[in-house]
Amino acid sequence: MGGRRGSNDVATRPHEGPEKGRKKERIRLSIEAKTPETYVEKPRTLAGLRADLAAGRTKAADLAASYYERIAQVNPRLNVYLSLTKERAMEQAERMDALAAKGDPLPALAGVPVGIKDVLVMRGAPATAGSKILAGYWPPYDATAVERLEAAGAVLLGKLNCDEFAMGSSTENSAYGPVRNPVDTERVPGGSSGGSAAAVAANMAVATLGSDTGGSIRQPASFCGVVGVLPTYGRVSRYGLIAYASSLDRVGPFASNVRDAATMLSVIAGHDPKDATSSAAHVPDFAAESDKPVAGLRIGVPREYFAEGLDAEVRAAIEAGIGALEAAGCTVKPVSLPNTKYAVPTYYLIATAEASANLARFDGVRYGPRSKNAETLSDMYRHSRDEGFGAEVKRRILLGTYALSAGYYDAYYLKAQQVRRLLAEEYLRAFDSVDAIVTPTAPTPAFKLGEKTGDPLAMYLADIYTVTASLAGICGVTVPCGATQAGLPVGMQVLARHLKEGTAFRVARAVEAAHI
Amino acid sequence: MTAKVTVEDVERVAELAHLELTPEETPRMLHDLNAILDYVAELNELDTKGVTPLAQVSELGDAAGAGALRADLLLPSLDRAVVLAQAPETDRVFFKVPKVIER
Repeated sequence: MGGRRGSNDVATRPHEGPEKGRKKERIRLSIEAKTPETYVEKPRTLAGLRADLAAGRTKAADLAASYYERIAQVNPRLNVYLSLTKERAMEQAERMDALAAKGDPLPALAGVPVGIKDVLVMRGAPATAGSKILAGYWPPYDATAVERLEAAGAVLLGKLNCDEFAMGSSTENSAYGPVRNPVDTERVPGGSSGGSAAAVAANMAVATLGSDTGGSIRQPASFCGVVGVLPTYGRVSRYGLIAYASSLDRVGPFASNVRDAATMLSVIAGHDPKDATSSAAHVPDFAAESDKPVAGLRIGVPREYFAEGLDAEVRAAIEAGIGALEAAGCTVKPVSLPNTKYAVPTYYLIATAEASANLARFDGVRYGPRSKNAETLSDMYRHSRDEGFGAEVKRRILLGTYALSAGYYDAYYLKAQQVRRLLAEEYLRAFDSVDAIVTPTAPTPAFKLGEKTGDPLAMYLADIYTVTASLAGICGVTVPCGATQAGLPVGMQVLARHLKEGTAFRVARAVEAAHI
Repeated sequence: MTAKVTVEDVERVAELAHLELTPEETPRMLHDLNAILDYVAELNELDTKGVTPLAQVSELGDAAGAGALRADLLLPSLDRAVVLAQAPETDRVFFKVPKVIER
């Protein structure tokens, strides 16, 4: 390696030949077996980017080019991006540079390089939803959230890997291979928005969009050490989001810090006539909301989220975070959510039932490949679906179809909807006495690739702390809150009532400021 | 809610869902479905008599997402040619599928 300074930097290793890389890996392991291969690199902040762009110190086109370089460098190892949209990105970057050169006012996200989870459609890029069943599909329109990002000046770099149809908690269910966690590449980034979380952690985008049905933004954000937002149901339009479970699906942002995530949400939120569940509520300036002090806020800590199954190191980190909130002047009080243990079974019945209906549209007629081995219409549907869907998607369609089928509807689907109401009301009652509720985002730090793939139930339990907020439609933010001895990030989930994202951002800012 | 799914149940549900399972997939799905249904049977512990099912969070008092329906107006939609270009087989007006009715 003589003379090549920086060649020890693991981040540059994918540039070397595979032989060299492997050899060095072995040496590294024997010398410092405790240090995992890491690709963590903080992206720029929105404020810094904006100042540089306005002052002419940075050009949006150069910035976009540098992000594409970074992606070319590390994507072979991390498998974060599924496709790149260079042409569209460079055109937008040049538009922003022209605005800056004229001295015109810059929109909120001028020149900000962003990535989009590949369950949101976007012109100029294939949409896969991580599935083979959509191979070759190029959607002719933009999702509303994507359109709003671009209208605010963001530069759309490309589409991000995820679990097939957002079904999974580790991104190992992608038909295009798993994403690796930039913190430790032997570990999963979480899921289903694993690509969106990893992209921010590894500085392959300044911010990204993901989707969250049962925890798919919050859990990967926690595993990768970044900020992830679950907006209130209805806050962000679902138009252009490939549907998994429509009564639960949300679109939300990832960023490296709370304030930037808040800015992203203000851009994508707001009423959209193309989504019948879209809320007409006023959208505040969430970044400004997040600047407000937290002193005097009442913070609830539900004991059920600190019970058996919580990793000791995660518990210690979250307790330190709660201590920081107390030190910042919050009142911390215990709250009780006794039905918590019923949330995961309720979620898996409702989500799979809705999925079985939503995924009926993938049948080889309108988009995606059609099986060549079928003569009748019925065979064509079945063969196309068999060849296109992965095992977890089939499992969930079967479970959902079973729960909805004659004779079982009342016992499973209806029962789950009743419990859903109990769970939602329990949360709303708790919010009568507190402004926010804080919990661990996940019971453990990031687990190893392959660790849970053989046991669907074990994988479902990775969502144990996130599914209830999904069922209740409330909002939340997950914010980095310390790390384990091995350096794996821990995330704190801050939940607030419907439409009170501003409160969740404030509390998350206080946790972030404590540098736990 | 005492679940004991049989191979026949799995095959019937697969047919309802237009899914085809290989001989290797069926026993695996049978095992997984039974494990998951055993687990969700925990819900039986809860008395939900008289509880109104919650299908959408907009039914909750203070929730968002209760947007009104838009006016039923004729507005331009995606161009037919652009949409049909994505389909495996068309006659440029309709999607084509294998023959359904034998004459």
